[in-house]
Amino acid sequence: MPRRKKRKEIFALGNEAVVEGALLAGCSFYGGYPITPSSEIMEIMAARLPMTGDGVFMQMEDEIASMGAIVGASLAGRKVMTATSGPGFSLMQENLGYAIMAEAPLVLVNVMRGGPSTGLPTSPAQADVQQARWGTHGDHPIIVLSASDVQECLDMTITAFNMAEKYRTPVILLLDEVTAHTREKIEVPNEGEFEVFSRTVPSMPPEWYKPYEETVRGVPPMPPLGAGYRFHVTGLTHDRNGFPTQRPEEIVELLERIHRKIDQFFYDIQLVDEVQTTDADVVVIAYGSVARSAELAVHQARLNGVRAGLLKLKTLFPYPRRHTEKILGHARTLVVPEMNMGQMSREVKRVNMGRASVRTINRVDGQIVTPSEILKVIMQG
Amino acid sequence: MAHQKKGKSTVTVYPDWCKGCGICAEFCPSKVFEIGEHGKATVVREKDCIHCGFCELHCPDFAIVVRDKSPVAEMEDTAPDKPGAKKGA
Amino acid sequence: MNGLTGNDVIHQYLRHNKKFPHVLCPGCGHGIVLGTLIRSIHALSIPKDDIVVVAGIGCSGRLAVYVDFNTVHTTHGRALTFATGIKMANPKLKVIALMGDGDALSIGGNHLIHAARRNIGVTALVLNNSIYGMTGGQSSPATPEGATTMTNPYGQLDKAFDTVELARGAGANYVARGTVFHVKKLEKIMIEALGRPGFSLVEAITPCHTQYGRKNKFKTPVDMYQWLKKSAIDVERYEELADDKREGRLPIGVFFRRDRNGYEERYYAMKEALTGKGAKGGRK
Repeated sequence: MPRRKKRKEIFALGNEAVVEGALLAGCSFYGGYPITPSSEIMEIMAARLPMTGDGVFMQMEDEIASMGAIVGASLAGRKVMTATSGPGFSLMQENLGYAIMAEAPLVLVNVMRGGPSTGLPTSPAQADVQQARWGTHGDHPIIVLSASDVQECLDMTITAFNMAEKYRTPVILLLDEVTAHTREKIEVPNEGEFEVFSRTVPSMPPEWYKPYEETVRGVPPMPPLGAGYRFHVTGLTHDRNGFPTQRPEEIVELLERIHRKIDQFFYDIQLVDEVQTTDADVVVIAYGSVARSAELAVHQARLNGVRAGLLKLKTLFPYPRRHTEKILGHARTLVVPEMNMGQMSREVKRVNMGRASVRTINRVDGQIVTPSEILKVIMQG
Repeated sequence: MAHQKKGKSTVTVYPDWCKGCGICAEFCPSKVFEIGEHGKATVVREKDCIHCGFCELHCPDFAIVVRDKSPVAEMEDTAPDKPGAKKGA
Repeated sequence: MNGLTGNDVIHQYLRHNKKFPHVLCPGCGHGIVLGTLIRSIHALSIPKDDIVVVAGIGCSGRLAVYVDFNTVHTTHGRALTFATGIKMANPKLKVIALMGDGDALSIGGNHLIHAARRNIGVTALVLNNSIYGMTGGQSSPATPEGATTMTNPYGQLDKAFDTVELARGAGANYVARGTVFHVKKLEKIMIEALGRPGFSLVEAITPCHTQYGRKNKFKTPVDMYQWLKKSAIDVERYEELADDKREGRLPIGVFFRRDRNGYEERYYAMKEALTGKGAKGGRK
């Protein structure tokens, strides 16, 4: 494939690549609070955003306020983002739930470190996978993405913004400390080489507009505050006009719609990379930096005569069920290496339902999962 | 000036908005209101109203409206004297 | 709307597809504050589309739904964080944060301090009824010492928060207090607060008879308004009182004014200096 224009190559940290991706996707508002190992994202945003267009950077007083500020800015029409790590992620859950209920698009990057509590501030982990799914209270849909190398940090940040805008929902991008602090060469795509999606705004006159109306996609158009559509936004269960309701049929309609708008587009949302899975007997299911170790292990296993493959999850939630189902047609063994006590293997086992044997590799000592560890388990069949 | 306005206003209470808190009845300088048997404010001495505006400003439920009896043209002339109608920033 | 007076004006700003009367108890002062806010906005001729009312959680939070502005009913204590984001994203909007005393001073205390420190161009309205009303009458940081509440059945041990001193220390541009008995004064305060740059804080003392008054020797809502009438005193006169005469008096009026630029003005000025281009200052 001949490339029309050469892409800019940069030597960047994962955290830097996140900022590049965000700016390419049109992010114009960052509100945050510093925390290791995500702080570079904030620092680079602080330098870049005031220099770009109408970019706004704000250091808030804590992570609760960071989420409040970006949800507010999102309602005012901006593409918004914050970044944090485990302890800050816990504080963000309150207003994350609000954003889900109010259907405010935003991107939340969580560079995971060891926990619980203050845990291991400078060591990698994948300890927040289930918190990303279920951290805020109540039944809620969520999109959770991940990235395994620096190039993916850039690409998946763009994807995160597009999904947030397309589905009017918060999108969480989970990185681990290894990916965030790896420095490697990446290509910055040129304008026009990637999709940029912005939220649909209403075209009807204000008096016809219902902010939470049922639509085919399940995603109502969203005007910025101050554009003439004076409506009510609330975290309370609300009717189509946005007014609080306790009527059973209206409660169900709202909750079903916010789930459906994401569930029905699973083919668009569930992203994976497959490496030699078509004939594989043993498939490693991995994400984040662990997927890089897994890829090497799979190649080594092939050299040793084992038909191994890798299913790399780029979307963690909604869990890529159909890709897993396809693999379960031929795989005898699934290997799930993670830097936690088995948060993703629960999802794998749920889909597996006893068909293949599921082997887990779990590290919670602040060390990476090495290729040889994974290879050893693959070779056991 | 206030007494000159005596008897020149109509006072309306919207009974379905009134919660009967009694603020208007207690503080009206002309004792225009009483709390009626249904627990709602009732206008009993409209002719004594001096259009001071207290009840409208203090009704927590926006249930009282005091209007001049005079025609529209005259109403506009007197509008700036009414509460909240002037005093810009 | 010209020619309309009194509550006829108010009715022009209410959402008539919402159920009235509103949800608040008989004699609750919150409705009076809402009316005063509407009259202030009307007096300043600010278009409805430019107003964003950002409310917290509690009785005061419920007010936002009734008014025909852009309204955002946020999470408990966080109204100012949303308001900050909205103002920074579009400085052309007139952002009003509507909070209760528990909302602004307890769970949202940190946000209040930092909104004042940044001097963000938001008007904060603290509806102080000395109690958590919506949740059933528990003590708030504004509950007076000695008062009886559901969570202090033997009397409140700590002192009530001094909102004015808090805001002064934190760096707000303008701090004033009014009561729902002294409505014209409150309106004057609100009009000034809405027209000023930077962070303005207006504390409105508004009685809660249902949850506070009944437990503290106020037989009817009207008794609480009589108490406001008796205890409130202009701050200028209060300053002249001897210390022993100040007991039980409630100073009202404007406590201080500063003219520092709002955070959003300073930010967009910085952008302009950095990029050499005119800061858009909004995206309408």
